[in-house]
Amino acid sequence: MASSARKKQITIALAGNPNAGKTTLFNSLTGLRQKVANYPGVTVERKEGPWQLNGSSADLIDLPGLYSLEATSLDEQIASQVITGEQAGIPKPDVVVAVVDATNLERNLYLVTQLFEFGIPVVVALTMINIFEKQGHTIDVEMLSAMLKTPVVRVNARSGRGRKELAEKVHDLIGTTPETPYLEELPADVEDPRHAKIFARYQFISNAVQESVWHNDAKSHRLSDKIDKVLTHKVFGLAILVLILLLVFQTIFSWASLPMDLLEKGFGAIGDAVKASMPPGILADLLSDGIIAGVGGVVVFLPQILLLFLFISLLEDSGYMARAAFLMDKLMSRVGLHGKAFLPLISSFACAIPGIMATRTIESRRDRFATILIAPFMSCSARLPVYTLMIATFFAGRTVFGFLSMGAVLMLAMYALGILVAVAVAAILKRTLLKAPPPPFLMELPPYRLPNLRTVLQNMLTRAWLFLKRAGTVILAISIILWALMYFPRGSQQTAVSDQQAAAEQPTNDNQAASEQLKNSFAGKLGHLIEPAIRPLGFDWKIGIALISSFAAREVLVSTLSIIYNVGKDEDAQSQTLVQAVKDAKTDDGRPAWTPLTALTLMVFFVLAMQCMSTIAVVRRETNSWRWPIFMLSYMTAIAYIGAFITYQGGKALGFG
Amino acid sequence: METSTRAVGSSGTMTLTHLPIGKVGRVTSVRGSGRVTRRLLEMGVIPGVTVQVVKMAPFGDPIEVRVRGYNLAMRRSEADAIEVVI
Repeated sequence: MASSARKKQITIALAGNPNAGKTTLFNSLTGLRQKVANYPGVTVERKEGPWQLNGSSADLIDLPGLYSLEATSLDEQIASQVITGEQAGIPKPDVVVAVVDATNLERNLYLVTQLFEFGIPVVVALTMINIFEKQGHTIDVEMLSAMLKTPVVRVNARSGRGRKELAEKVHDLIGTTPETPYLEELPADVEDPRHAKIFARYQFISNAVQESVWHNDAKSHRLSDKIDKVLTHKVFGLAILVLILLLVFQTIFSWASLPMDLLEKGFGAIGDAVKASMPPGILADLLSDGIIAGVGGVVVFLPQILLLFLFISLLEDSGYMARAAFLMDKLMSRVGLHGKAFLPLISSFACAIPGIMATRTIESRRDRFATILIAPFMSCSARLPVYTLMIATFFAGRTVFGFLSMGAVLMLAMYALGILVAVAVAAILKRTLLKAPPPPFLMELPPYRLPNLRTVLQNMLTRAWLFLKRAGTVILAISIILWALMYFPRGSQQTAVSDQQAAAEQPTNDNQAASEQLKNSFAGKLGHLIEPAIRPLGFDWKIGIALISSFAAREVLVSTLSIIYNVGKDEDAQSQTLVQAVKDAKTDDGRPAWTPLTALTLMVFFVLAMQCMSTIAVVRRETNSWRWPIFMLSYMTAIAYIGAFITYQGGKALGFG
Repeated sequence: METSTRAVGSSGTMTLTHLPIGKVGRVTSVRGSGRVTRRLLEMGVIPGVTVQVVKMAPFGDPIEVRVRGYNLAMRRSEADAIEVVI
């Protein structure tokens, strides 16, 4: 029997409540060779890795953290399918390792009683015993094991203690049939018979805990409670939340910009080097301006994603994240969102991509999708160059009420507009497309704990890798398409020669050639094509080209305008040459292409429009379908068009512009 | 007919929403039969268990309840379904 069992692949499932130390144990048992994927058709994450069991390698599956197997959430539905062997592609587990937090024994054991009912052998891995004993309590592990009629192993994932014993016990149970330890005696006086089972399970648990645990009530004032008094205080709690958010914001907003600049410059330099070392032509241009620039456009998000997930992992692992949701739930529930939507939305002010990736902590699918759909309305850092260029060109030096800088007021107004529209859209979505009864807010507030560095780092790297693998490919593909739109059709062979000559001569000719090429490209033709549609917004076809190209990323608007207005692509948003060029720009019939009203209209458009292919790619990955990103693109473009239309036509009617 | 906003019932019971902060009460019943009720029961809030309201969030909702040695946050609308006696 033993030899036949060894031949087939052994599958072990790791189950446990959230915050029980399951991830730490999983990392400690499997090391770095983990695989992360999604279960087919859903966004629940499937993590597995190899675990050495007495010489043979078993496949260890990390189930999502859950409180119960009775399938109220998608996570729970998937987990019970894995345990019963109904999940396609995963054999029924031979043994389930149940991770149980000793400091929260009764509720953690609830899941274990449900596992018993599935008839699969269970080994209980008892975590956090050190903390439990430091609080002055004692636990008799042998007695607990006898009461549960199943092995109980003390483990410490950080020190590795108990790993060997756990492997032995699991190995011993493979192929055995468990003895169901509790009789389903239904209490007689239960009103709802469906609840009787729950009472019976807790009855059994209370008996088992009573026999094996001795509680010391004197030490019940735990350090965690004292910390919590401050962190959820009416005044200090909110102040600290604001400070933490400021720190997160500062980090992804400005500290990430140094490595991002380096990456951008690095990829620019690689592109130039490749171009210089190859014979000029389509291949060199595709490689340097299409592929290398496209890869650069993907990799440039990594600093922000790594830093945001460093914070999120620290906040989650320490127990603070639940408090932030607790503090903000009342405000968020006014717009029909969960308290947990707060941090992803705030992060989206730096960049919607890590923000959208951070919505995974929201359990309810509808709440999560509603949060994803409004996240891009938060004015992200890529909009800043657009706002800056418009303000520098048309509103610099002007004041409101004589002392407020008009630039600052406009900037604030753009942020406010994004938030207001987001709130309105969330309210509408929650009443229509994503209509659902308000999900229960039952949320555990776990004790504060020092984050485990390894868990934090591993989570950070997993997120970054998943972004590169899944969203990166889409972003790269769209960048190459956009490059081709602006590159083709090429002028005749003669142009290519004159390109070379121009490069050898003055930079102005070079800029001129680049400008002509762009105007005659497919993107230029598209600009002409959409001109009738954008004319009511006050935009001419040249601005149309910039709108199309800035779909790659919003800040590309600035470099596209620089190319169109012949000032070279490397000008930044505060460049005086570019500011002057925008002021001097003329439409085809000789009128000024820009007025302050056009500038304001463009800003409004950029607050509201989904001008970011990377966000589309991430939404595709996070919702696991093209339906939602396409819906997002359509509705945001519609709102942006209406907003810009009202701004421009309203402004004109009021006599501006 | 019971109403959810009743402060103190005839038998000295009240809903968890009305249990003063810091006071320990014993759950006598959890009303309802839906998803939320089941989840409450599964989280260990069942008749006979002792509960204590630890605090409320700065904007008055949700509240934090200590039950079976851990802390559980719930909205007032959920706490209204839980009957306790001091």
